[in-house]
Amino acid sequence: MTDTPMIRMASVDKHFGDLHVLRDINLEVAAGQVVVVLGPSGSGKSTLCRTINRLEPIDSGTIEVDGKALPAEGKALAGLRADVGMVFQSFNLFAHKTILENVTLGPVKVRRNSKGDAEKAGLALLERVGITNQRDKYPAQLSGGQQQRAAIARALAMKPKVMLFDEPTSALDPEMVQEVLDVMVTLAKEGMTMLVVTHEMGFARRAANRVVFMADGEIVEDAVPEEFFTSPRTDRAKDFLGKILTH
Amino acid sequence: MDVLVENLGLYWRGVLTTLQISLYSGIGALVLGTIMAGFRVSPVPPLRAVGAGWVTAVRNTPLSVVLFMIAFGLPEIAINAPFFWFGVTGLALYTSAFVCEALRSGINSVSTGQAEAARAIGLTFGQTLGEVVLPQAFRTVVPPLGNVFIAMIKNSAIVGAVGVGGDLYSVGVQLTGSLGEAAIPVLIGVALGYLVLTIPAGLLLGYLERKVAIAR
Ligand SMILES: Nc1ncnc2c1ncn2[C@@H]1O[C@H](COP(=O)(O)OP(=O)(O)OP(=O)(O)O)[C@@H](O)[C@H]1O
Ligand SMILES: [Mg+2]
Repeated sequence: MTDTPMIRMASVDKHFGDLHVLRDINLEVAAGQVVVVLGPSGSGKSTLCRTINRLEPIDSGTIEVDGKALPAEGKALAGLRADVGMVFQSFNLFAHKTILENVTLGPVKVRRNSKGDAEKAGLALLERVGITNQRDKYPAQLSGGQQQRAAIARALAMKPKVMLFDEPTSALDPEMVQEVLDVMVTLAKEGMTMLVVTHEMGFARRAANRVVFMADGEIVEDAVPEEFFTSPRTDRAKDFLGKILTH
Repeated sequence: MDVLVENLGLYWRGVLTTLQISLYSGIGALVLGTIMAGFRVSPVPPLRAVGAGWVTAVRNTPLSVVLFMIAFGLPEIAINAPFFWFGVTGLALYTSAFVCEALRSGINSVSTGQAEAARAIGLTFGQTLGEVVLPQAFRTVVPPLGNVFIAMIKNSAIVGAVGVGGDLYSVGVQLTGSLGEAAIPVLIGVALGYLVLTIPAGLLLGYLERKVAIAR
């Protein structure tokens, strides 16, 4: 392991019009670390996540992935995004493509792998997330949990250096949450660098190295999970934990 | 109605010429309209401006004016071609603005999450459009695009009126004018000729619509 953090954000600021959504964000995620991001609705968690592969551009500051600054636009940015996997709350599987096609599109079009190689690797990934038998179906024919596992496989197919998850289980029926979290825990155990926006305390406790708590666009706390959950330092974190732990 | 039977060959050649004009113009309009729609949704502001300017300028100019501008304007800048190609070019340019807008509405109907997911795996803007957004946009776009193309077949009459000759509309003019036939029966023949083209076009569109709907 080198000293270069896998993700480095320094003095990052972002506005949506008058709204200051990210305030002087400084965050480093070392290779192989799993960081869970928590915070009330509207605190800027999704925005933080989306700036890391520049789905949202920032106003000022720097973001580096594996020591390389984010390129502005064009081919270089596309190249960086290929190395950063992203999993969305609403899955966003390509609706007109089968599950296997979803998983092979990136490897074929971006990595220039042959179709045969991409399918072989894709099937291995579908196997890993437990949906090989869904390979020829369209996304709308799958359950939410299966779709999200397919979306994780699609991201992994690019062999990313980092995986970003934005509330991957929030859109799921309760009985499907665990199957997705299991895949994520395995991934974490295998050493994937992960930034995960989630309110799943169980996941944070089992898999995270750190918990980052955001409020009003700021990182308010940054601690190991046990410490954060048992003795939060700020009132805002206490207040937040009080609310989510009561239901 | 004898005029119809007696001039069946002439009518038939008219149908074929109109078909040719429509086919070439349709292909041109589809290509240019798709490019312009790509401009209109591109992340590059100058390209968006070009797309928007194109649509505004072309859509708000009468087709006959577009055709005259091509027919008189292009020779001015030393571009000469048979009048047929001027007609095809004019109709293609004119129709492309409508194709562009039909496609753009289709593109807007595809949820932004689809394009975000495509960009997130490293597809370029062009690949995102070509692999993910347009294939889904075409589904919702078949009916409005069909209307555009059927309107274009009928608009080819204006191309004929401006002087291409030999198309269905010109056949009508020729029969009623220099050959002195009665107007109504001749025009009924012309109208039937257009139906010979537009009805199969409509059937083809219905087929396409069902086909893209199933592939879901
Ligand atoms: N594209 C946008 N344009 C304008 N405002 C936006 C945009 N996206 C987000 N916002 C606003 O920025 C703030 C932060 O949003 P963000 O989605 O990052 O919050 P979040 O912490 O992920 O919340 P949630 O838990 O509800 O997902 C919110 O007030 C939101 O309304
Ligand atoms: Mg969010």
